[in-house]
Amino acid sequence: MILEKVSEFMEKRKPIFEDWKHTFYLWRKTKLATVGTIIVLIFVVVAIIGPLFVPYDPIVQNMKDRLQPPSFQHFFGTDQFGRDIFSRVISGAMIEVEIIIIVSMISGGIGLILGVLAGYFGGVVDEVLMRTTDMFLAFPGLILAMAFAAMLGPSLINTIIAISLVGWTVFARLARAEAMKVKNQPYIESIKALGAGKTRIISLHVTPMCISPVLVQLTLRMGTVILTAASLGFLGLGVRPPLPEWGAMVSDGRSFLVEQWWISTFPGIAIAIVVLGFNLLGDGLRDIMDPRLRR
Amino acid sequence: MKLGNYIIKRSLLMLLVMFGVVAIVFAIVHVIPADPVGALLGGNAPPAVVDRMKEQLGLNKPLFIQFIDYIWGVIHGNLGNSIQSGRPVVQDIMEYFPVTLQLSIVAIFISIILGIFLGIFSAVYRNKWIDHFSRIFSILGVSMPVFWTGLILLLVFYYILGWLPGTGQLSLFVIPPERITGMILVDSLLTGNWEAFWNGLRHIILPAAVLGYAATASIARITRASMLDVLTQDYIRTAKAKGMSKKVVIYRHALKNALIPVVTIIGLTFGGLLEGAVLTETVFGLPGLGRYIVNALLNLDYPAIMGGTLFIALIYSLVNLSVDLIYAMLDPRMRA
Repeated sequence: MILEKVSEFMEKRKPIFEDWKHTFYLWRKTKLATVGTIIVLIFVVVAIIGPLFVPYDPIVQNMKDRLQPPSFQHFFGTDQFGRDIFSRVISGAMIEVEIIIIVSMISGGIGLILGVLAGYFGGVVDEVLMRTTDMFLAFPGLILAMAFAAMLGPSLINTIIAISLVGWTVFARLARAEAMKVKNQPYIESIKALGAGKTRIISLHVTPMCISPVLVQLTLRMGTVILTAASLGFLGLGVRPPLPEWGAMVSDGRSFLVEQWWISTFPGIAIAIVVLGFNLLGDGLRDIMDPRLRR
Repeated sequence: MKLGNYIIKRSLLMLLVMFGVVAIVFAIVHVIPADPVGALLGGNAPPAVVDRMKEQLGLNKPLFIQFIDYIWGVIHGNLGNSIQSGRPVVQDIMEYFPVTLQLSIVAIFISIILGIFLGIFSAVYRNKWIDHFSRIFSILGVSMPVFWTGLILLLVFYYILGWLPGTGQLSLFVIPPERITGMILVDSLLTGNWEAFWNGLRHIILPAAVLGYAATASIARITRASMLDVLTQDYIRTAKAKGMSKKVVIYRHALKNALIPVVTIIGLTFGGLLEGAVLTETVFGLPGLGRYIVNALLNLDYPAIMGGTLFIALIYSLVNLSVDLIYAMLDPRMRA
């Protein structure tokens, strides 16, 4: 009985499953995307369970062990305050994950809402939004983020706010384009004829259609988000020590670069690997979604 | 639409955008609760002194009036005086910007050459190991944080190997050329100061390489995609069928058409270069506009912050505008 139901369900959804299978096949065939996905997965797992296994406290100073080179006690050595760099790099992963997730939610959310409204209503609303995005896009992203972050004051929350305020424009434009396509579809027409209000149409029938392109774009930009956060941290405008943010850690080691190279080197490698993962994944996604390759 | 109309329309639009840019910059500095006077005088200055300072800086007027004053100043090329240097911000920018410009020009050369070659190789040897290698190589460039790459290169090539000079624009023992454009390489060429030219060139290699490598990936990606497009077209097959050598087909027939889309990406790349310049200038101790802005931000020197960011936005917008116009000339379909 249940089995029948399941197979009936499967039969109905067959095209969707076929599409997923095809996507999975393309993903596996795109080697770069596979490698990127694996790196990103490892990063997330390390961020979540890593802090449970780190050998030392990432924040408490221990002056008698300061500036030790990498060894079996301290895989990546220790910094000028005697903190274990390996523990700090591992604990730092969670900070980057937090930044990515919250920034994506804020900038994706703002972009989606404003974009859908502009695309659906058109006219003046649309014109105002498009010119506003033009103004934000007139700045190189990092420069604007630096200004926001410096004026708000350096901290984790303000880093997140600054990056989100800079990033929403891209998603707004995407959502707008998608909403303009969707709103002229016959099914919207029929819902209108049935007497549905604007709020209902926008929230239940237009917005859901605009989510997936925004999600894809969010994924493509996650590497940039990490780099921006790290750059802010490095310049002293972002996350402040003693929090183990990777960019700030690279900056910590600057004055010790010649004799104690490990302080700056390992957090930098961590940034490079994780961003590489996201970028490979993004590049692969672009290939997979390219209709010319999707045959 | 005619090309002339398109140019006028785009230029007017840019004026509007620049007005908004001034508004954004003004809002960031004046609406967000940072305390420039406090930063200037220290936290426990007597209220009378604080008031006098505010009056001097024009901070006691209503925000709207301050905004109008600022716009009026911008139109007349007056961005106020920097609190730190005490000089007009415009004068500061004119002194610092040439350093950034020179760095960006050398860097963009590196990234265009590297990017186009990697893109061609990727496309010609699609899905072979050369393709994978060159893609990973270019993506790695955009993935490594430039401030970190800069530090590591300094460590290796300056401290350990000693092949290249360290930070700064010139070594201390070199007499700098007379200031004409503010760009050391150009000035030393113009004055025939070969020692300064050679020394300056050696100083710019590392920062420009770091910056250029970081900007390579997008150029390589678009070259690859557009080469792949072109290589499957009929006229390429015809050229091959005629028995022309692979080199001639690729470089003379395919590349020419494949490079048109690449023009567009160069504008975007320039934005990335300006961002990267902030970081490389900090790492390599170059007295450029990026470092000027960072210093202004760290010291809440708000006239310098506003002037610097405004200037960068203006340059970035101008580059993008000219790229769009060039593209419109190359491809009439874009003028819609």
